[in-house]
Amino acid sequence: MAVSSLTGIDESALVAQARENDTRAFAELVRRYESKIFRLAQHITQNREDAEDVLQETFLKAYEHLDQFQGQSKFYTWIVRIAVNQALMKLRRRKSDKSVSLDESIDTGEDTVTREIAAWDEDPEQRYSREELGGLLDSAVQSLAPPYRSVFVLRDIDDLSTEETAEALGLSVPAVKSRLLRARLQLREKLTRTFKRKGDDAFAYL
Amino acid sequence: MLTCKDFLKELSDYLDEATDRELRAKLEQHITECPNCWVITDTTRKTIKIYKGMEPYPIPSDVESRLMRALEKKMAAKGH
Repeated sequence: MAVSSLTGIDESALVAQARENDTRAFAELVRRYESKIFRLAQHITQNREDAEDVLQETFLKAYEHLDQFQGQSKFYTWIVRIAVNQALMKLRRRKSDKSVSLDESIDTGEDTVTREIAAWDEDPEQRYSREELGGLLDSAVQSLAPPYRSVFVLRDIDDLSTEETAEALGLSVPAVKSRLLRARLQLREKLTRTFKRKGDDAFAYL
Repeated sequence: MLTCKDFLKELSDYLDEATDRELRAKLEQHITECPNCWVITDTTRKTIKIYKGMEPYPIPSDVESRLMRALEKKMAAKGH
C-alpha cells in the first residue's frame, strides 16, 4: 500500500477519511502506530507470536469499529485500549487457570527501592553503541512487573499524559501515578548499576 | 519537616512539575539538605530522559506484510 502522499496529514483528518471508507487513510494510520502497538503488545505478552496476533487483532477491530471512535480522545489512545484488552485476553488464555489483569494485586509501595545511591557519569549513554544502549534499556523495562511496565511504556516512552494512560489502561489516575513512580524508581535502580560514576560505588550491591 | 519517604512519594509529581507551589518549595528544600534524595532525584530525571521518545524498533517486514494482508482481506469484505 503506497501511502507516501498521506504522511504529512493530520491524524484527525486521516480518521475522518478512514471513516468514509478511505482504505489508504486507514493504512496510513496503521503505518504510524504499528511499531508502537507491536512494542506495547510485546511488553505485555512477552511473547512475539502473541504480540503479532495482538497487533493484527487490534487493527482489524479498530477498522471494524471505527464508527464507534468518538474523537474525544486521541486515536492512538483508543487503539492502545483495544491492544491492551487483546493482550490481556491472550495472557488469560495462556494461563487459563488464573485470571490476569493489569489490576492484579501489587505491593503497595511501602518498599520503594532506593538502594543504589550513586551519581551517574556525565552522558553515560555515550559509552554504548545505539544497539547496546537499546538492548540495555529494553531489558531493564522487561524486568518490571507487568502492571508497572505498561504504565511506564505509555507514560514515559510513548509520552501519553497521565490521564491518557489511565484511559488507555482502564486505570484510575492515582493508580497510574503510583505505578509510574515505582516503575521509574525501579528503572533508576537498575540503570544506576550500569551508569554510575566509577569510584561512587561504595553503596553498590548492598 | 519532610522525611525522605515523604519526599520519594512526591518524586514523580515533582519531576513532572505537577505539584503545587507550596509542596514544590518543601521538596526543593529537602533536596538541598539531603544528598541522597538529591542523587535519587537527579538519576531518576536522567532515567526518564533516556527513555523518553525512544523509538520502537521498526516492525519486522514479515509481521507487517501479514498485518497488511489481513487488513486488505477485511477491507475487501467490508467494502462489498
